[in-house]
Amino acid sequence: MDTLHYLILSMLLFIVGAVGFIVKKNIISIFLCLELMLNAVNLSFVAFSRQLNQVHGQIFVFFVMVVAAAEAAVGLAITIVLYRNRNTLNVDDADVMKW
Amino acid sequence: MTDYLWLIPLVPLAGAAINGLAGKRFPKPVVSLIACGASGIAFILAIVSFFELLQYAPDQRHLLRVYFTWIASGDFVAKAEFLLDPLSAVMILVVTGVGFLIHIYSIGYMHAEDGYYRFFAYMNLFLFAMLILVLSGNFLMMFVGWEGVGLCSYLLIGYYFDRRSAGDAGKKAFIVNRIGDVGFILGVFLIFMTFNSLNFGEVFRQIAEGADRFPVEAGVGVLTAIGLLLFVGATGKSAQIPLYVWLPDAMEGPTPVSALIHAATMVTAGVYMVVRCSPVFSRAPIAMEVVMVVGVVTALVAATIGLVQTDIKRVLAYSTVSQLGYMFVAAGMGAFSAGIFHLMTHAFFKALLFLGAGSVIHAMSGEQDLMRMGGLRKHTPITFWTMLIAALAISGIFPLAGFFSKDEILWSAWSNGHPFIWIIGLITAGLTAFYMFRLVFLAFFGKARYSDEVRHHLHESPSSMTGPLMVLGILSIAGGFIGLPAWLGPNRFFHFLEPSLAFTLATEHGEPSHFVELGFAALSILAAVTGIYVAYRMYIAHPDRADSLAARWQGIHRLLYRKYYVDELYDAAIVNPMLNASTRTLWKQTDVGIIDRAVNGAGEMIQGMASILKNVQNGLIRSYAAWILLGTVAILLYFSMFRS
Repeated sequence: MDTLHYLILSMLLFIVGAVGFIVKKNIISIFLCLELMLNAVNLSFVAFSRQLNQVHGQIFVFFVMVVAAAEAAVGLAITIVLYRNRNTLNVDDADVMKW
Repeated sequence: MTDYLWLIPLVPLAGAAINGLAGKRFPKPVVSLIACGASGIAFILAIVSFFELLQYAPDQRHLLRVYFTWIASGDFVAKAEFLLDPLSAVMILVVTGVGFLIHIYSIGYMHAEDGYYRFFAYMNLFLFAMLILVLSGNFLMMFVGWEGVGLCSYLLIGYYFDRRSAGDAGKKAFIVNRIGDVGFILGVFLIFMTFNSLNFGEVFRQIAEGADRFPVEAGVGVLTAIGLLLFVGATGKSAQIPLYVWLPDAMEGPTPVSALIHAATMVTAGVYMVVRCSPVFSRAPIAMEVVMVVGVVTALVAATIGLVQTDIKRVLAYSTVSQLGYMFVAAGMGAFSAGIFHLMTHAFFKALLFLGAGSVIHAMSGEQDLMRMGGLRKHTPITFWTMLIAALAISGIFPLAGFFSKDEILWSAWSNGHPFIWIIGLITAGLTAFYMFRLVFLAFFGKARYSDEVRHHLHESPSSMTGPLMVLGILSIAGGFIGLPAWLGPNRFFHFLEPSLAFTLATEHGEPSHFVELGFAALSILAAVTGIYVAYRMYIAHPDRADSLAARWQGIHRLLYRKYYVDELYDAAIVNPMLNASTRTLWKQTDVGIIDRAVNGAGEMIQGMASILKNVQNGLIRSYAAWILLGTVAILLYFSMFRS
């Protein structure tokens, strides 16, 4: 298969993630969309790595995964705290950080 | 030799630093020991340096000690240098000597005051600044001392800062002095422009050696301009017309301050400066004329005001202004030595008068009104006798100190061909005798005019106060003998001062005739005795005559009592227009109308723009995400479409 197919799939995944991130209100869903975007990027890393016959892209993927795992831990902690304090998972209710 | 010269001002500075920084924690005896010790050490060093100076040949008595280069900027070099010559030697002896006595006196006078340590710290700081002023070897350091004494004067006038009048008086003194200082500093600029140096010796040598460049000026030349500008400074510091108005108000300060700063030392700085610059003045006849006329008018006007004042310290304040006028008359006639001589004797008897007045006020539980005193002679005998000596001395009764110095000035006036000045001087001498003995008679003689409560507290002052009184009393008696007139013997004082006036053009002296001079001395004594006799008639023989005279000449009495309405005149002519202009134009129009509006306008403009933009910052994560996405897309589009 051509690299282009992978990239198209990656792009579709990213768009789904991005649109989901913007339209969804539930914080868990937003999280999932975020992971989706990260993995879309991972996919294109891997695809390029294969085409260019270099290992750099795959190493980068590991970095992204580690960061994503750390980010998931922090994000879920924030989610729990948000629920405890506000009794909601709707991100639109958490809008006090403004002028 | 004389390498310790720098210690003379530095020791009082150290005393001021110790007391000012840590004095709050010391007990009072320690504070006074430090302060009096510092001034005492300075006095001893001054005596030592005086005797070392005497060991030099008279024409070698110009010891310049350069310590370090203070400012160096292109051509302009100012060094930290002290000059010890006969003139500055006399000044440091007077300043440290009288200063030391007044420090001792203050221990007793100030013992019950709050901020005891603050008082002594300021006093020592004043000594430091005054010694810098008189020891300085160039005009710039002199200006440092000049400003330093002004600052200390301000701080000490406002010593009772919880009293509004004291704060106002301090501000008045400071601001009026500032007007004079502008003239002084302009004069210094002009000196530097003309001579490219600020060192006394260098400037005066150039004047003396460049006779073709600096002739005796018939009209207004550069020397006249320098002289007049410097004299503006002197009128401020030495309280001459038109800037004398601050000195009577300065009596708000504690009495030792009035004695030290506003009678004996600081106010004479202007006289000292004019004499120091005598090489300039002696070649600028117009400036001399101005100095003389201002001096004589001040002497007369201040003496007439002093006739009717009822506050004991104000009488003395106007007397000081008047005596300073005498000194300027002397300087303006070219009798510079006579001016310094009167400066010295005046320091003795005027310090004594003020300290005596302080002793009276102390005894009277703070009462300063002469009309509520009377008969104190029995209660405070030492104060009475010493004040009587001082009053006789200032009146010019032979053979006390004031006679020799004042008579020297009057005689110079006549022999230098200024008969009109002589007549005014003689009248002023009579007035001086009158108001001084009016003070003595009202305070120490007659019936007691105070309440029983005050009478109950009446007491002679402690020995720390009467001691300095007695020492100054002796000086007021004997201080004049170092400057005997020609008909009595050689004038050692004038001879001693001669090296300091080496570059000064001598003014013509009339035919010295001892017989004529003796006659004039008799005339001035006669004027003094007349003044005393009139005071006796009015205040002892017929105690009600003063009131009936005041009632008959109500207009004149009122005019004098209100001090010729000069304060009111200044208020109407200068202070109020300035206040109004500042309020209307500078404050309401410029500051509020333009500057504030511009600043606020800038802020409001930004707020207006922000009120639109701030809607972006709505706290919604999803909207932020959308903006990030949009931004990323826009950047990507830009790079892919326009940059490739």
